[in-house]
Amino acid sequence: MSAVTGATGVYRPTHLDVLESEAVHIFREVAGEFERPVVLFSGGKDSIVMLHLALKAFWPAPVPFSLLHVDTGHNFPEVIEYRDRTVAKHGLTLHVARVQEYVDDGRLTERPDGTRNPLQTVPLLDAIERHRFDAVFGGGRRDEEKARAKERVFSLRDEFGAWDPRRQRPELWDLYNGRHMVGEHVRVFPLSNWTELDVWQYIEREGIELPEIYFAHEREVFSRSGMWLTAGEWGGPKESEPVEKRMIRYRTVGDMSCTGAVDSDATTVADVIAEIAASRLTERGATRADDKLSEAAMEDRKREGYF
Amino acid sequence: MTATTHTRHDPAAATLLRFATAGSVDDGKSTLVGRLLHDSKSVLVDQLEAVEAASRRRGQDVPDLALLTDGLRAEREQGITIDVAYRYFATPRRRFILADTPGHVQYTRNMVTGASTADLTVVLVDARNGVVEQTRRHAAVSALLRVPRLVLAVNKMDLVGYDEAVFAAVADEFTGYARRLGTADVVAIPLSALEGDNVVAPSAHTDWYSGPTLMEHLEGVEVAAGSPDAPARFPVQYVIRPQSGAHRDYRGYAGRLASGVLRPGDTVTVLPSGQRATVAGIDVLGTPASAARATQSVTVRLAEDVDVSRGDLIAAGAAPRLTRDVTATVCHLHERPLRTGDKVLLKHTTRTVRAVVREITYRTDVDTLERRDAAGALDVNDLGRVVLRTAEPLALDDYADNRRTGAFLLIDPADGTTRSAGLVGETSAWGAP
Repeated sequence: MSAVTGATGVYRPTHLDVLESEAVHIFREVAGEFERPVVLFSGGKDSIVMLHLALKAFWPAPVPFSLLHVDTGHNFPEVIEYRDRTVAKHGLTLHVARVQEYVDDGRLTERPDGTRNPLQTVPLLDAIERHRFDAVFGGGRRDEEKARAKERVFSLRDEFGAWDPRRQRPELWDLYNGRHMVGEHVRVFPLSNWTELDVWQYIEREGIELPEIYFAHEREVFSRSGMWLTAGEWGGPKESEPVEKRMIRYRTVGDMSCTGAVDSDATTVADVIAEIAASRLTERGATRADDKLSEAAMEDRKREGYF
Repeated sequence: MTATTHTRHDPAAATLLRFATAGSVDDGKSTLVGRLLHDSKSVLVDQLEAVEAASRRRGQDVPDLALLTDGLRAEREQGITIDVAYRYFATPRRRFILADTPGHVQYTRNMVTGASTADLTVVLVDARNGVVEQTRRHAAVSALLRVPRLVLAVNKMDLVGYDEAVFAAVADEFTGYARRLGTADVVAIPLSALEGDNVVAPSAHTDWYSGPTLMEHLEGVEVAAGSPDAPARFPVQYVIRPQSGAHRDYRGYAGRLASGVLRPGDTVTVLPSGQRATVAGIDVLGTPASAARATQSVTVRLAEDVDVSRGDLIAAGAAPRLTRDVTATVCHLHERPLRTGDKVLLKHTTRTVRAVVREITYRTDVDTLERRDAAGALDVNDLGRVVLRTAEPLALDDYADNRRTGAFLLIDPADGTTRSAGLVGETSAWGAP
């Protein structure tokens, strides 16, 4: 449903119109001010919406950025298939930074809990340095987590990729400051002001296709720390963790070792919207093990260069 | 009225209200924010559990709702809020983005930041104390930033026995002050954030009050994206030239319309060059449209082959002035003072130019609105009058006329730090005694 112009000719955009217009503005600012921007693309819904917005922002020209996926090696096959199909469809360039390579040659050590999400930071920062990316788009939203609520739309990172919440630049009006020193880069979050529900309503309005795992399907899962994890080659389950077949779907898509599924019978976008509107759990609370490690888990990871 | 009825039934077509809250530490702002989030069911079970667990670890008996909003380690350690945070909540009628600005002493820059994008400000006062220095400061910053609407939330009514006379006295004094600032649109609401009176549900204790609850007001208040009669201002962000396939000859100017309306056939001026042109077509993110309206991100095509690039302004209607001499009010944001003679970068819309601080005329005392000697420097959180000289001409509107084309940033050319926020022109809202 689009904006309303009343009898007085006054324009009353809907919240989706406003969020879309603002995100497009952010993409175009980066295109205008940076040399080598890149879009983080995981095949998850937030990065899919980001790409959709970028395609609209530069229409009818192609998106003037390449894509980067930090591959933990524990991916959902449906998501990788979606990722590659989408890249091909739009004629985009995809860079892949692989955690597995770092584990194999000893630059990274597997954690005892098997979670690879925190291990993404090193390959990410290496890729940024190697390709000399100066702006890195991420799909992070301020509603996801309380440390992210403090994040700027343009977030300066030092030469170590680190975020210092006490030295952030104030952001006023829609004047974004992208100045940075050589070696520094800027993380850019065009979906900062979106909520999980906004993302889904926008997916519905725009008819955006998503990987199948976002919708209810039968899957072999096992329970760990109160979450349903997909059994698979990444290393789960342990002997004490019985596998069962359940109707589930994913609210977020990430590393298989720490992304939990939720019980669901939502098979369409409309079903999903109804489900999350009624949910009593946040997206991360329902599905992310790594945020439960400590009260400041996200802030600490972000300080090290994580998204 | 069709629009209102319509949005009520289609959450995806709800409008968005951006608002800022201001209040000093003990006015109950955290409680009010907590209640708005809680009563709109925006606080979910896992967030509450996390707050309860953290409160227990600190030896507190009751969950400390401030932990919901204080997101950073240093904030939790010190029990203070360092910076503006943005909160998101929704009712079936509307979506809200709340700029939650800290109430501590060092807050002018935070309030300016929060108010820069706000459609409405909620100024909280303690009914027992009435209008105090901080209340005047919050109202003044809101007026300076031209936030269109102002709400006075007279909190802690439970502690004054829900006395109508107390409320009326505070509301009268505040409304009078706001009028002197040039802000006529004030709605005063008696409430108790702690008890929940008139926040979301109407209070049984205030039968003398016939106005809306705070939430009803936030849901219903009219905010338009901009007047259709304002002159059109279109800062060019990026030139789109596919040079391939079906769109070989396409040349479009991408940007976000800052004000007014642009239609195909309109005569426009490209600034600073002053070339005249005609709008040939408008594309709204891939779809041809009959008009572009303020706040929309669009692409404009011109009939004539004129030279246009990022940083130019496409204008229609009364033209902005083109000048290298900028007189403005600035809010200084950074610990390093702004001094006469400083070389800076000035970012205005999509254009960044070199500039020098020619003069710091005076500093404004935000409590009394009196002018003070600035002694050639503005410190962090100072508001003051400056004169700048730019290396290239800028197409400027007064901030009073246009919140987008009248605003700018001052940036340190050495390290890229954002130093000040600027508002072009006379600050007439503050003129009256």
